[in-house]
Amino acid sequence: MTQTFSSTGRDTFVGTPRSRIDGPAKVTGLAKYAGEFAAPNLAYGYVVSSAIAKGRIAAIDATKAEAVPGVLKVLTHENRPRTAWRDKNFQDQVAPPGSPFRALYDDLIAFSGQPVALVVAEDFETARYAASLVHVTYAAQEPRTDLGALRGTAYDPPGKRQGIKPPPKPWGDADAAFDSAPVRVQGAYSLADEHHNPMEPHASTVVVEQDGTYTVYDKIQGVSNSHQYLTNVFGLKPDQVRVLNPYLGGGFGSGLRPQYQLFLAMLAAQELKRSVRVTLTRDQMWSFTYRSEALQTIALGAEPDGTLTALRHDAVQGTSQYEDYQEVVVNWSGVLYKCDNVALGYRLVKLDTPTPGDMRAPGAVTGVFAIETAMDELAYAIGMDPIALRLKNYAESDATAEGKPFGSKELRRCFALGAERFGWAKRKPEPRATREGRELVGWGVATGIWESMMMQSSAIATLTPDGRLTVGNSTGDIGTGTYTILTQIAADTLGLPMESVTTKLGDTRLPEAPVAGGSWTAASSGTAVMKACRTVGEQVFKLARAMEHSPLANVDFDRAVFADGRIAVAGDPGRSVALVEVLQAAGVDKVEAVEEAGPDKDFNQAYEAYTHSAIFAEVKVDEELGQVRVTRIVSAIAAGKILNPKTARSQILGGVVMGIGSALEEESMLDHRVGRFMNHNLGEYHVPVNADIYDIDVIFVDEEDKANPLGVKGLGEIGIVGTAAAITNAVFHATGKRVRHLPITVDKLL
Amino acid sequence: MRLKNQPPVSADTPIGIMLTINGQRRELQVAPWTTLLDLLRERLDLTGTKKGCDHGQCGACTVLVNGTRVNSCLTLAVMKDGAEITTVEGLAGLGDRAGSNALHPIQEAFIEHDAFQCGYCTPGQLCSSVGLMNEGHAHTRDEIREAMSGNICRCGAYTNIVDAIEDVMQGGAR
Amino acid sequence: MNRFDYVRAGTVAEAVQAFGAGARFIAGGTNLIDLMKYDVEKPGRLIDITRLPLDRIEAHGNGLRIGALATNAKVAYDDRVAERYPLLRNAILAGASAQLRNAASTGGNLLQRTRCYYFYDTATACNKREPGSGCPAIGGMNRIHAIFGTSENCIATHPSDMCIALAALEATVQVSGPQGDRSIPFSEFHRLPGDAPETDTNLAPGEIIVAVDLPESRFPQHYTYLKLRDRLSYAFALVSVAAALEFDGDRVKTARLALGGVAHKPWRNREAEALLEGKSATRESFQAAADLIVSEAKPQSENGFKIDLARRAIVRGLEQAAAGTPQSLSDKRIQ
Repeated sequence: MTQTFSSTGRDTFVGTPRSRIDGPAKVTGLAKYAGEFAAPNLAYGYVVSSAIAKGRIAAIDATKAEAVPGVLKVLTHENRPRTAWRDKNFQDQVAPPGSPFRALYDDLIAFSGQPVALVVAEDFETARYAASLVHVTYAAQEPRTDLGALRGTAYDPPGKRQGIKPPPKPWGDADAAFDSAPVRVQGAYSLADEHHNPMEPHASTVVVEQDGTYTVYDKIQGVSNSHQYLTNVFGLKPDQVRVLNPYLGGGFGSGLRPQYQLFLAMLAAQELKRSVRVTLTRDQMWSFTYRSEALQTIALGAEPDGTLTALRHDAVQGTSQYEDYQEVVVNWSGVLYKCDNVALGYRLVKLDTPTPGDMRAPGAVTGVFAIETAMDELAYAIGMDPIALRLKNYAESDATAEGKPFGSKELRRCFALGAERFGWAKRKPEPRATREGRELVGWGVATGIWESMMMQSSAIATLTPDGRLTVGNSTGDIGTGTYTILTQIAADTLGLPMESVTTKLGDTRLPEAPVAGGSWTAASSGTAVMKACRTVGEQVFKLARAMEHSPLANVDFDRAVFADGRIAVAGDPGRSVALVEVLQAAGVDKVEAVEEAGPDKDFNQAYEAYTHSAIFAEVKVDEELGQVRVTRIVSAIAAGKILNPKTARSQILGGVVMGIGSALEEESMLDHRVGRFMNHNLGEYHVPVNADIYDIDVIFVDEEDKANPLGVKGLGEIGIVGTAAAITNAVFHATGKRVRHLPITVDKLL
Repeated sequence: MRLKNQPPVSADTPIGIMLTINGQRRELQVAPWTTLLDLLRERLDLTGTKKGCDHGQCGACTVLVNGTRVNSCLTLAVMKDGAEITTVEGLAGLGDRAGSNALHPIQEAFIEHDAFQCGYCTPGQLCSSVGLMNEGHAHTRDEIREAMSGNICRCGAYTNIVDAIEDVMQGGAR
Repeated sequence: MNRFDYVRAGTVAEAVQAFGAGARFIAGGTNLIDLMKYDVEKPGRLIDITRLPLDRIEAHGNGLRIGALATNAKVAYDDRVAERYPLLRNAILAGASAQLRNAASTGGNLLQRTRCYYFYDTATACNKREPGSGCPAIGGMNRIHAIFGTSENCIATHPSDMCIALAALEATVQVSGPQGDRSIPFSEFHRLPGDAPETDTNLAPGEIIVAVDLPESRFPQHYTYLKLRDRLSYAFALVSVAAALEFDGDRVKTARLALGGVAHKPWRNREAEALLEGKSATRESFQAAADLIVSEAKPQSENGFKIDLARRAIVRGLEQAAAGTPQSLSDKRIQ
């Protein structure tokens, strides 16, 4: 295949702003989410959560709950039906090394909020009420959740998580170079524990069909992961379970792994032989997966001209007792900057919490905040413009990958265009230089970076004689706009109007695709859909050429142009035939193709692939009272080809908003005495509200990339990375106060 | 049973209430502890109204009760006996567009301005926007942002939501 | 949520009569239903008082009588309130969300319970929820907790914004109960935790709030409600200041200051108010008053910053009030 996605070589829809095709369903309330599918005789499960973080269940008394009319069953570790028990059965597609959590497995408590019982009843309210009557007696032990206090126990994880690069071996001599550097900065940095909190709580509806098979609606970012999990854990054959999730009410990584409500819903459905729904409460959204705090230290040494001579970046991050969750925290420093002496370290500490998990730009949010704040400190230490310092040490190749070049990197343009839009040239470099009434005004800048990835993915395309094209695969549209971009790609590939294309996602009856995460969905599913459509086009072309008196007789496929619902001959537009006519003439009821797409091995051997951004932030800080307002953000993004500028912009807006939350508000507070996140609700865990968000300006910088035929690099994560650092740096510029521990709440600025 | 005042209805007896939901009169038997949100979602299959937190902390469950926006999660259905309820499913039927299938201008504006991503907070945002316009207190961008702060959007579509509301308030219904 | 009887009362007398052990009156329900879903409140009976004729806002002497069932939104957007008691309007609109204000009642606002994490979480101990079980907020997660009037049993704060303004305005709470009707001065309505933190107010069992009376308007110009919180809207106060000044020429004739987010009740210090009176409105006198107020503060392990924040917020609030430039509700820049 060529480098273009459409056989015409022209973009009709791709690259143009398009409203979401799932928009009408979402604004009318017709879009259904996992916990909303109806089933005859549906029973409702309500989870009872552990009050302690560590210890044993000494006794569990469900008699009062069972006595409530309408209660069908109270499942506990004592009476649960048998399932598989081996680790490997529970290890889902993105599980880190370790022994995955198994709900109701035994009497051991590994984290606060762990499910200890499931009450199943005829209706939701009865289940909820009865759950409050389940009496659990615990033999509690002292939990260990204080990362700072346990820092001394940090270890290098023996098993590495698939797809997560450990830190590279050090190069040069960072310690010696730092000691002899004319300019030095060093500091400790951290982000608070954060929880994803998608607006839709996790939910699973398991429908028992009349033939004994199961139709499962699960809140998951890729139904194939839940499908694999259910077949492995419950010993079901693949065709006994169908998993669907047409819409996901936000994931941000929380829906990558099947969560315990899925296990419990299937367990109850099998036990009761009836359909069951389990929806978690908002509080229970604090009982699995989170972005775990990382304690980081950075040391930078430089020449007076800004040349970096030493770079040390170490991180110690929490994980659970039972799995070694890992993410890439420190490597970014080595990728972003050219430096001859670099040492990067990453270790874990076991905590009595649930296993942390990927949360929007996992690792990068954490590590890039630290390095990009430290770089700002270095700029001040040298007396250099922070953009100039970054350009001085601009990496032209990836030192963490033996110096491989980048497939594309338009970060310089991001700085240039972003600075121009923001008005950076007018910035007075010294802190506290600009005042508006009671407020100090500060401008800050930072870099963002995320991996550009593609995963093995398949897709189906079906063209029917009515002129409708249906495409799809099992991945999910988690709000990113996947339905829309796949529709654009399919329409362009076969020269059809978008209205003629139906895109189906989130169904295990569709060809397999990976979970939607890592910003890889556009590249992976987009390419697979394009290839499937392309194959359909070739087949239709063959049928067309075989038609009696075919206008395409003796034409080679590479001269075929698909446009306006027709196949025409390049350079001879008079010779053409409608796709519909071809199918009708051939007497076929459909033309269908399933194709696979995967990463380009040659490309990957030659290049490293990243998206980049330059983020500019303006803050206004009340000098006396410490209130911070982020009044302006400019985010200039280099992420390859932009398929749909409208939905793409929204992806970046969303990342920026979450970055503002991370910088100023988000903090899950662990009471280490009880090992429990105490502000486990949306009233006390603060995410940004409308009033917090002022102007956000998104710039997409042209970037040509050849990692995949579409030229896309992914957008889901890059908007958040570096945003918190730009804000921290702006706060310093405004106030002269350097905050290294997020979030920047008022108490840190008094 | 149909309740007027007194005597107390014991916990085991469902209570008869009448609600007008999206223009349709419904006679319903409800338990006293059933929230308007659970009634809509679990009994009436009106799942457009979302449960995001169940505690009045996110706004996803916002509906209009007699034209006023409230959190249906903190509203006991039995206490709204006789009320008119409008949910996202009924927005298209509001006003002079009654009976037509056309979207409400705010629904069109949300699509046009890409004022949502995952769509889960959207029904609440929409009902809240209509409530805001009914109230008539918010006029400037700052006032809209403040008045819409009871609706959390974790996807971060806030600026687009404000654009959409401004558009409709300025008569930009297309 | 537990199971309960439901009574719909038609008159105040019926409501009072229906009351018994374990019963709760319900109006807006915005806090009570929230707490019931967490099993923090488990009433055996709910008495629905929303049909009582108590939602009017009417003249009362030289002041205004606000019916207990008038919603927060109705009060905030009442023209008389806006004109004569703008401090009350601003405080109400600084709290919660539009949806909650549309449902929450005046009486219910007075009875809001604390947002202490431990009070809300039945997995932990809490003297307010389960008397005698202990107070894990002491030595625990307490950055949102009280700095004034705490006891060894409880360091929770009162969460209302509206009540901070009502305290500054010296409102009176009208109640009706099994023993008849009575008036409670606002300063005596809420109580400090002492050794009975389970009791938030001085209402007797079965008493129902019927109205809140505002005295004659004295602060239509020089007032502010300044609220500092962890995000720019829809969050409880870390510290809030209701400030109201009445001038005689260029001298302060009357000063009222009430603080929110810092104590188990709206916090007032009459000595500090007296310190301001009879003097001209200067930053120095504001600072002196603020210093006097915070001299009584007692920090917990994580909320020491509130002392400094309160001191600064008091000064700023008084400056705003003196200048007649109350904090804007929508422009988040602090004047």
